[in-house]
Amino acid sequence: MIDIINAIVLLLNFIFIPAITYGSQLALGALGITFIYGILRFANFSHGEFMSFGAMSCIIVTWFFQSNNINLGYLPTALLALPFAILSTIALSLLFNKFVFNYYRIQRSAPVVIAMASIGVMFIINAIIRIVIGPNDIKFFDGQKFIIKAKQFKNLTGLNEGLALKSTQVLTVFITILLLIFVFWFLQKTKTGKSMRAFSDNEDLALLSGINPSKVVLITWLIVGTLACVAGTLYGLDKGYKPFTYLGLVLPIFAAAIVGGIGNPIGAVVGGYTIAFSEIMITYAYKKFFKYLLPESLEPSGMIQLLSTDYKFAVSFTILTIVLLVRPSGIFKGRTL
Amino acid sequence: MVNLIGKNLTAGYGGVDIIENINLNVKEGEIVVIVGPNGAGKSTVMKSLLGMLSLTNGNVFFSDKEITTMLPQDRIKLGIGFVPQNQNVFTGMTVEENLEMGGFLRQDNILDTIEEIYQLFPVLKEKRNQNAGELSGGQRQQVAFGRALMTKPKILMLDEPTAGVSPIVMDDLFSRIIEVGKTGVGILMVEQNAKQALSIADSGYVLVNGKNNREGTGKELLNNPEVRKSFLGG
Repeated sequence: MIDIINAIVLLLNFIFIPAITYGSQLALGALGITFIYGILRFANFSHGEFMSFGAMSCIIVTWFFQSNNINLGYLPTALLALPFAILSTIALSLLFNKFVFNYYRIQRSAPVVIAMASIGVMFIINAIIRIVIGPNDIKFFDGQKFIIKAKQFKNLTGLNEGLALKSTQVLTVFITILLLIFVFWFLQKTKTGKSMRAFSDNEDLALLSGINPSKVVLITWLIVGTLACVAGTLYGLDKGYKPFTYLGLVLPIFAAAIVGGIGNPIGAVVGGYTIAFSEIMITYAYKKFFKYLLPESLEPSGMIQLLSTDYKFAVSFTILTIVLLVRPSGIFKGRTL
Repeated sequence: MVNLIGKNLTAGYGGVDIIENINLNVKEGEIVVIVGPNGAGKSTVMKSLLGMLSLTNGNVFFSDKEITTMLPQDRIKLGIGFVPQNQNVFTGMTVEENLEMGGFLRQDNILDTIEEIYQLFPVLKEKRNQNAGELSGGQRQQVAFGRALMTKPKILMLDEPTAGVSPIVMDDLFSRIIEVGKTGVGILMVEQNAKQALSIADSGYVLVNGKNNREGTGKELLNNPEVRKSFLGG
């Protein structure tokens, strides 16, 4: 009996909690991709860099607060810096909207042309980040790191396996839930949100109904800037900030958006968690888990790991390929918000 | 007296004029039908009246005010409604949300108008929380109507409202159109089903090769041997 509980705690600690956290970060990222696709109809490859820029802004403001001895006690100072970082990310996205994306929208360029332009934007933001903060690893988390420490948990329960709960994990999930509630409430209940769905659904009819496209686009960038900044900051808080990783993050985020059905916000969220759980479950070594459950004679000798963690992006890529082959519209039918 | 007048309308796409010197007049409470063979420019007339197409020549007047250069959105604010032929509902939104979007520009309370539309189209009330994309062709058409009526238009333009629906649904739609007309709204419609359309029309225009070929009351056109022979199948 105690072995089963140990095995469950093991999975909770190494799969469930990390996957929920990582999934939330992907979900917020994918939601940003989906908003752009749903309204502006192009695949925004620069989204990862918008996330990175958001995290960078947050780090800089955090440093400022720290040097002035302003902090939040148990909570990370980054939370206090987050609103300022959101504003700067929004400013950046509006800037690129004005000077790049708006031009192509008014020209009614093909989506693939705008997607290529977004790759250019990606390199520009990437360069800005390297100039401003450099390519190195930065840890900007402060405050209390653990809510439950593995050792505490072991002492408390007398189990072999520890369960650690980091405050960044709880914060990530909590903030994600708040943001998701807000976004879905906004889209379903407010007049502006409904007009965005209408615009995404049928642009010509939206114009005939008097919906102002520039306003819809503006609000889209406000939401996307916010989502990107929060997602990037949470990812950086949880795993440490390194500009390079955000370049790689674009793949699982796109996979999440497409798997869920690109353009569909619920799909983006479901896709985020699907990708996160698959990545972590497939790259986890189950040796210890089976040790608890199987009699000694059957104990596995190998690691029971399907893929090395180095290959975790291969997992999202495989899922992406399978979905595109089997059900190109994604789990939920995509295209409209 | 509210009316929509097109005077010497000449317009087209990419430098080629599709319609030439079209004159027409829609008054409030009147049903006006444009009939004609495929490619005669019937829909183009409507688009140029709404401003979705810029005119190379001619003028558009709404209640004696010239609106030739006004943006489509502003004409809608003024009281011109338009139901496109295709993709005329928000398929991913509920029937009620479709109506709300129709009233997007209105600052006053739109709930009364929604209730009026439900009275006119009872089936929409029944399906108010269903997505418009899940409805049948005829029901969708009613949603499209309802959405356009939300702006409380004085003149409503319908581009082939009965395209692709069964004859029974078509009769039903025509009787709704008459009902809407009775509330004082002027209706301008383009129709493939010329016979039925002319039989409910107060006046009609026959368009051939982008030109006014003939005009008259619905009855006159229906009984005209030449019109019968060329468009109404004898």
